Order: sequence, then C-alpha cells, then structure tokens
Amino acid sequence: MAIDRLSRRDLIGILGAAAGAASFLRPWIAWASPGQAAAHSGPLLTRRIPSSGEELPLVGLGSWITFNVGEDRSARDSCADVMAAFFQNGGRLIDSSPMYGSSQDVIGYGLRKLGSSARVFAADKVWESRGAIGPSQVEESRRKWGVPRFDLLQVHNLMSWEEHLPMLLAMKAAGRLRYVGITTSDGRRHDEIEKIMRSQPVDFVQVSYNVLDREVEKRILPLAQERGIGVIINRPLRRGDLIRMVERTPLPAWAAEIDCGGWAAVLLKFIVSHPAVTCAIPATTRVDHVRENMTASYGRLPDAALRRRIASSVEKL
Amino acid sequence: MSEWWTYRLRDFLLFSPRTYFRLFELYNAAIWPAQLVALGLGVWILLLLRRPSVSRGRWLSAILAASWLWVAVAFHMKRYTTINWTAVYFGWGFALEAALWTGLGVFGRLTWTRPPDLARRVGLGLFVFALALEPCVGLLFGREWRQGQILGVAPDPTAVATLGVLLAASGRGRGVLAVIPALWCAVSFATLLAIMAPEAWMMAAVGIVAATAVLSARRQKSRHNAARSAA
Repeated sequence: MAIDRLSRRDLIGILGAAAGAASFLRPWIAWASPGQAAAHSGPLLTRRIPSSGEELPLVGLGSWITFNVGEDRSARDSCADVMAAFFQNGGRLIDSSPMYGSSQDVIGYGLRKLGSSARVFAADKVWESRGAIGPSQVEESRRKWGVPRFDLLQVHNLMSWEEHLPMLLAMKAAGRLRYVGITTSDGRRHDEIEKIMRSQPVDFVQVSYNVLDREVEKRILPLAQERGIGVIINRPLRRGDLIRMVERTPLPAWAAEIDCGGWAAVLLKFIVSHPAVTCAIPATTRVDHVRENMTASYGRLPDAALRRRIASSVEKL
Repeated sequence: MSEWWTYRLRDFLLFSPRTYFRLFELYNAAIWPAQLVALGLGVWILLLLRRPSVSRGRWLSAILAASWLWVAVAFHMKRYTTINWTAVYFGWGFALEAALWTGLGVFGRLTWTRPPDLARRVGLGLFVFALALEPCVGLLFGREWRQGQILGVAPDPTAVATLGVLLAASGRGRGVLAVIPALWCAVSFATLLAIMAPEAWMMAAVGIVAATAVLSARRQKSRHNAARSAA
C-alpha cells in the first residue's frame, strides 16, 4: 500500500478553499487560535483506503471517554478546541459510538461550532443487540453528529453483526453510506473477525494495536492487506498508559531519524508505518496532545529495522 | 458478552475522573440551595435516631424515601445519565429503594427499637460520617469544595447514611432496605476504583465496617438470647 504525500501548500489551499466555500468566516476565526497548525516537517502523510483509493490522513481522533463530558459547556468547548487543532493540523477521521455516552453530541457540538461538517470523515458504529433497532440508532447518531450522512459505520464489537451488516451494506448500496466496517478491541474475538473479513465485503476493520500489543501482526493485518481491507487502530497508546510508561525516559537519538519530537509521535509512527494500517485514532482532551499526535502524520516513517528497535526499546522499560 | 474473562474494570469506564467530579460541581450549582434543606433533614434524622420509636421511624422513613427519590430523578436520571447510560438503571434502583422506605417505613410495620450498643455506635458513626465528613473528603485529595457530595442529594452519602440508620435502630424488616444501599456502595467502589479515586477505599471501608457491625450485633444478640434461655 503506497503512502501518498499531500504537500503542506496543497493542504493549506484545501483548508482555505473549504473555509471560503462554507462561508463560515466567523467560526473559522473563532477556532483558529486553539487549532493553529504546528510547524511540521514535510507534507501530510496519507494512505489509500483499499476499497476506494480515497486518501486518508494517517492519524485520526478517537472519542472514547475523552469526549464524554455530558452537558458541561466549558468541557464541550475544550473538546471543540481539540477538534479545531485536529483539523488545522490536517486530521479528518473522527470515530465515535453510541456506547460512548455523550461523545456523539459533543462531536456534533464541535462540528457546528467549527463549521467543519464538510471536512470531517465521520466514522461511527452500530451498538445494539436487536437488529431491528439498528436503523433508528444510526439515524439518531447521525442527528447527534449533524452530518448529512456517515462516511463509515462499523458494527461495534461485532454485536449482532449478522443482523447489522446486511443493513449497513444496503445503506452503502443505496448511497446513504460510503464505507462499512467491523470493530473489536484488546485482542478479543479475532477468530470471528477473521471469518468476517474472509466472507463479507467490509471496507474497514478496527482493531487494537500498539507497540506492546502486537497480536494483530500475525493474522489480521496480513489478511487485511491480502483482502484489500482498510485498518483503523484503536488503543494506539493504551489509553495513555504507554505515554506514562515512557515519559521519564529521554527520547532516543534515533527519534530524530523519523522526525519525532516526542514519545507520542514515536509510538504512533510505529503503528502507522505498518503498511496494512490505514489510520490510528488516539483520543485526547488536550490541544497540545492532539498537536503532538498529529506530528505522526508528518515527516519520515520508521523502516522495518527501526520498528523492531522501537518495540524492543519500549519492551525494555 | 463473549470472552468476558478478558475484560477489566477499566474497560467499563465511560468517563474521565475530571468529568465525574465536575458533574457533581455542576449538579451542586444547579440545585442550590437544596443542599441546605438536605443537611437540615439530615440533622433531623440524627435527632430522631436518639430515641427510636414507631412514630419517629415513620418521619425518618419519609425523609429517607424523599432523599432516595430525589437522587433517583435529579441526579441519576437527569444528570448522571448524560455521561453514563447505565445511570437510568441506577435511577430505577434508587426509586425502588424510595418505594420500599415508603411502603415498609411510612405505611408499613417496620419496627424501631434500640439495637445492641456496638451496632448503634457504628450506625450513628456512619451517619455522622455521611452527614458531616463525606462532603469534605474530596478536599483531602485536592478537589474543590463545590464538588462535595451532600447527604440527601448525592448517592454515596445517602447510601452510607441509610446503612447507618439501619444499624442505629434495630427491628424487623430492615434487611430488605439494606440491599440497594449495600449494592450502591459496591457500584460506587467499582466506579471510584476504575477512575483511580482514593475515595474508593473509603466506600470499601464503609462496607466492611457495616458488615462487621451487623455480624457482631447478631452474635451479641444470639449470646444474649442464649443467656436468657439458660436463666
């Protein structure tokens, strides 16, 4: 899977055109400050979605726990600031689920505040044991996001996937959805994931993968490459545990070889440098963290030897 | 839930510690000055517990029923549910406890007598802790006083105080009233443990103290009955 590079000048042009076309000058100015782009080395790195060829930036944004802030207005504004920084630094894919409490509402709040519905690659899930309820849950989620349609809908943790997948595939066939996927986390139900990847026309599979949890390297990632299925990576930083584990260790000199200024970028680049991976979705509540995460979408990526070195360095800690 | 053995407590967590405690801050601001009324009712319960009787027990039951119903609706169903979809079920559990206090305590035949000294002391201690100390516990861990949990309007002190009342006045029919408060202590312990809040151990300690007091009181009572039979 080739990595395609979009120049920074192109990116700025696209962002400017989107802002102008949307004619939402005021909200644009309002979120320009928290979302100011960090100084990046080189072009934004993207990867092709295998089933369509569409380019997607390597780093997305998760919303589990971090965006579930309820009705707290100031916390919602902080989440909108995180989204602003994410978009300003080239991000597109935001992932959520009906299971994540108020996260969908908060994403919708942020998109309305920023006027960014057109920019976002909206990825959500169906999380419902009864197949008949699936369509109404999807519509409720769409209403919360405030988007005309979802780009990607996934069956959350394979819950009643036999009933939901036909519904999602029918939505895609009718042009009401662009991509269909399935998810799991923390290495669960990989046998079933494999079975679905082999038998169903899914566009994406979402699994957990990070420098210490590499089970998916054995079967899931090679199978995704073989079958032309995009891969979204959850738990890329083990909910921050990996950062807490390494933060007191000085950044090794080799980090400069892949243009990393911090451990978060190193750990994310380890993930997105795997050729089967389409996008990693770290979650955060902080603007400085999302900016640092987004630096993994720029600069050089580690080769196989350096990936092994990163893994062994972290394993030793 | 397949592969259930692979799940950890943290896997069920939906919100951050900051969001959880901020919820209490916003809730306290929204219901002010209901906290003052709740504290006044708490002091009244303490006075009623001095000499338990049927009529006093009815007043006490009515206050506790109102408190559980308030927490069910105003906290669980209206606010906690915005960050935790399981809060609806907690709300129904709290409403059931309110119904039990109304049915058994206000209109029923719940009896109120003075229990053995140990249970009474422990019960009063738990009640005073829930009334006066629990709202301030967060300060010890660097949180703001605005995030304090007040007896009668917040779930944890209401559950702890209810266990205290049930220990401080013995009589028939109270076992069923202790089930939901005890379960809530377990739920709250798990939640606080998952968000790594030190208060988790406080809730565990409350459960252990209450259970020990119940067992000791039972032993004390059976010894007393045995001595009477022998005499």
